[in-house]
Amino acid sequence: MTGRILQSPMVETLQNLYLGFTVALSPAVLLYAFVGCLIGTLVGVLPGVGPLAGISLLLPASFGLDATSAIVLLAGIYYGAMYGGSTTSILMRIPGEAASVMTCIDGYAMTQKGRAGAALALAAVGSYIAGTISIVGLMFLAPPLASFALRFGPPEYFALLLLGLLVLAYMSGGSLPKSLAMAAVGLLFGMIGIDPMTGYFRFHYGLVELGDGIGVVPVAVGLFGLSEILLTAGEATPREVVKPRMRELLPSRQEWKDSVWPIGRGTFLGFLIGIIPGSAHIISSFVSYAVERRLSKHPERFGHGAVEGVAGPESANNSATSGAFVPMLALGVPSGPIPAVMLAAMMVHGISPGPLLIAQQPELFWGFIASMYVGNLVLLILNLPLVGLFVNVLRIPYPLLYPSILVFCVLGVYAVNGSVIDIWIMMIMGALGYLLRKFDFETAPIVLGLVLAPMLEMSFRQSLSMSSGSYVIFVNRPIALIMLAFGLALLLLSLRPLVGDNWRRALGLQGSAGLEEEKNTYPVSQKEGKS
Amino acid sequence: MTTDRISGSVLILFALSVIWESRALPFGTFRNPGPGYMPVLLALALLILSLVVVWRGRSAARVGSINSGELSHAVAILGACLFAAIGIERLGYRFTVLVAAGFLLKVVERKSWVLTAALALALAFGTFYVFYTLLRVPLPIGPFGM
Repeated sequence: MTGRILQSPMVETLQNLYLGFTVALSPAVLLYAFVGCLIGTLVGVLPGVGPLAGISLLLPASFGLDATSAIVLLAGIYYGAMYGGSTTSILMRIPGEAASVMTCIDGYAMTQKGRAGAALALAAVGSYIAGTISIVGLMFLAPPLASFALRFGPPEYFALLLLGLLVLAYMSGGSLPKSLAMAAVGLLFGMIGIDPMTGYFRFHYGLVELGDGIGVVPVAVGLFGLSEILLTAGEATPREVVKPRMRELLPSRQEWKDSVWPIGRGTFLGFLIGIIPGSAHIISSFVSYAVERRLSKHPERFGHGAVEGVAGPESANNSATSGAFVPMLALGVPSGPIPAVMLAAMMVHGISPGPLLIAQQPELFWGFIASMYVGNLVLLILNLPLVGLFVNVLRIPYPLLYPSILVFCVLGVYAVNGSVIDIWIMMIMGALGYLLRKFDFETAPIVLGLVLAPMLEMSFRQSLSMSSGSYVIFVNRPIALIMLAFGLALLLLSLRPLVGDNWRRALGLQGSAGLEEEKNTYPVSQKEGKS
Repeated sequence: MTTDRISGSVLILFALSVIWESRALPFGTFRNPGPGYMPVLLALALLILSLVVVWRGRSAARVGSINSGELSHAVAILGACLFAAIGIERLGYRFTVLVAAGFLLKVVERKSWVLTAALALALAFGTFYVFYTLLRVPLPIGPFGM
């Protein structure tokens, strides 16, 4: 009996975790976890320098370290950036990285209402709780969840990616056709480069550098970093950056109460989405925001400082960070561009992630797991008491700050591949983002479309190869069918107001009385739609 | 003319240009798609969505209502990016950053010479030291040794 208990998976996991903590709490690894978290937070705080650029920049610097320290350092940057990205989103409405886009909406609205401290505290605490719980999930649920993800074939991936894009457009709150059009533009950008199935070089215009396609980093930095600089630099009255005091960091009882379930849901959703390939940390924050908005009894508060719109997405994107490591560590399959860079870093250090990693290098695997617990605690310590210190970076007058950000944008974009083309892409995307935001378009779907395009196309064509060209394969398989049905339902739900309310007016069939009535009601619906 | 009608029209032109450019790619068949299939499919989707944007664009804001007060700054910043793209490998990282940051601080933001020189030098040499020297990130060195 005793022997059976000792051999149970729970006890074995705890024994392994103990082993991991002996590695993670060694001075050297602890130091690299701290340095990684600190750099990651700064990377997240600095607009335009996201975790991908941060990890890519520091990848060469990790080559001199031992494998465990190097992975712990890079992972620290990854989840540090997830934490840090919320600071600029909340205080300046500039997402430090793409996963913080949703936090901008209600986080900045809370700042405008004088609740910046509470928003930062809820983001940090939510991230900590989500990060910690999701690591437990990573420890205990990785094997069965990984085997579930293994059931996904190309039709399921295609359905999933399509659903992700539809969810994104559905929850964006603005015009559905405009959001979908932006997703299509992003997908089209993703078509540039060598077709992985035939080797055909598409839309290259003589530039061999485009063989691997347009990089996510220059597009994200251009659309989010540079376009923000272009829009803000010439403002007559510089945007005020609030520096919350320690006592202002405590959310009210109602704010805590309102955040409990969004943090719980965000943790759960983030972890699940994180496991599935794609830009999990970005999608998870979008989905969490959409879910919270849909579940709220007062959805009209969203966009005007709803705490659920901060706590949910911030928890989700941190939880997704841990979830994203599941397929990478257990299967050796990166679930997005950042885990892909991490995978490359591991391979440089002679580690082959996959099912054998846990058995062959338990110190590394469990040391890494334990270091994530330590890192989350370090980040909570960094983000709450030191938020004023990080905010000081943002208190520099904008005419002095933006040239510095611009230099980091150029440096970050150039350093990833050492290619001037990436600076050109960043510049074009910056100008495009500037114009799109002037014309009231969402830019996030472009980035998501770009990231998902190769996978979407590959899974679509592989599915057809599997079925000898029959499209029935997408509805024959239950998981794919459920996801496609859900996506279709979402699309129909979104189209209902478009068809129901506006088609008569658009065709000029509405009488003057109807027009007058609509004139009175339209601004309200428009405003709600924008939130 | 409203913002949605202009932006929708531009997107229609973009979608049409993608379809036109895709002529060079093997389209394949409905059952066996080639490299040109997905771009055309996506461009058609974009075309339809853009038509909807134009169709529904009557109630959008007028183009004249867009505030463009920051346009001169935006053009200057894009000019600095353009200089960086052209100069970084020809003139070297430090010289390019020094000139671009100096231009933005002195010419665009009209800061004092001392502040301009201090910040531009700090940005050019400070970032180079951290990334090139300490972190060993390869950055280009130009003909002036900068």
